[in-house]
Amino acid sequence: MSALSGEHAAYLALILAGFLPNEIWRFLGVMFASGLDEGSEILVWVRAVATAILAGVIAKLTVFAPGVLAAVPTSVRVCAVLIGFLGFLAIRRSVFAGVIVGEIALVLGALLFGA
Amino acid sequence: MSAPPLPNPPSSAFAAYGRGLQATWTSVFSYVLFGTYIGIGALAHDFGFSLTWSMLCTLIVWAGPAQVVLISSLGGGATVLAAGIAVCISSVRLLPMVVALLPMLKRPGMSAWRLVAPAHFTAVSMWVEALRLLPGQPREDRIAFCNGLGTGYLLTAMTATFTGFYLAAKLPPLASGALLFLTPLAFLMSTLRNSRVLIDYLSLGFGLLLGPAFAWTQSEFDLMWSGLVAGTAAYIIHRFREAMA
Repeated sequence: MSALSGEHAAYLALILAGFLPNEIWRFLGVMFASGLDEGSEILVWVRAVATAILAGVIAKLTVFAPGVLAAVPTSVRVCAVLIGFLGFLAIRRSVFAGVIVGEIALVLGALLFGA
Repeated sequence: MSAPPLPNPPSSAFAAYGRGLQATWTSVFSYVLFGTYIGIGALAHDFGFSLTWSMLCTLIVWAGPAQVVLISSLGGGATVLAAGIAVCISSVRLLPMVVALLPMLKRPGMSAWRLVAPAHFTAVSMWVEALRLLPGQPREDRIAFCNGLGTGYLLTAMTATFTGFYLAAKLPPLASGALLFLTPLAFLMSTLRNSRVLIDYLSLGFGLLLGPAFAWTQSEFDLMWSGLVAGTAAYIIHRFREAMA
């Protein structure tokens, strides 16, 4: 938490960077509950950007892994995500199956190629 | 079973709240949610946040992707402004979800304040189950039912945040590494699961490639830029294909 010092700053950051920018959309949803077209072009674009941001976080967490996960070689982490993806495709597009297969690949890879 | 069934079971807001709470116990989302939030608790631990901060984060943000963006960007040293912008963009999907849910709850002359709690509880898990189960609930009970659903899922997520935080601290390194790995895996698989059309797959694929690429630029707003470029590229291809069709 290099940009923050102390516990109070962390809670202030939680409100300012976490709660408010997130909750604003729920609030606006209540305000504009009528008169917003689900299929409008702006919403299609916004959803694409939001998906891409989440995808960016997923990839960053895999490539630049946090904490103890960084001890597992990068190639093992990336391969484990790909194997999890294959598991997801092979086993009825199941989220659960994809996660389990990916986890097994990570642990085996780390044991075989050094954690 | 000789007694004739009551024409209307005695319904009260309290009973409806209980039914909502109960519905979360049998839902498959509770398991997915538990796994996801174990990962988030472990992530918060490894990025140096406190247990209270992590639990409060789940309570007041209550949106998995936003929490992962927040924890990893603040924890990685991003400024409050950069983290806030990334969270804000990652949460836009809550708006159409709330907009789709509220007409099922509203009654004429109802105060907007009564919708604040169901709106806060709105997250993917609660939303999907609410849309499925609400039609079977009497209209006057629906807000209480939604609040029950939301409470059940939120309690599940907070228990998991607590568990993940503690496990990350106590487990041997490889096991807590595996917990941290739950976050990218669970979000990748559920995003894939929710993908229906080409633009969904394109924005996911482009985002996966550009996220780490933009991270190398060391820009403060790398996540926002990679999302804007990847998402816009996916949108342009989608429009182009529509125009060709």
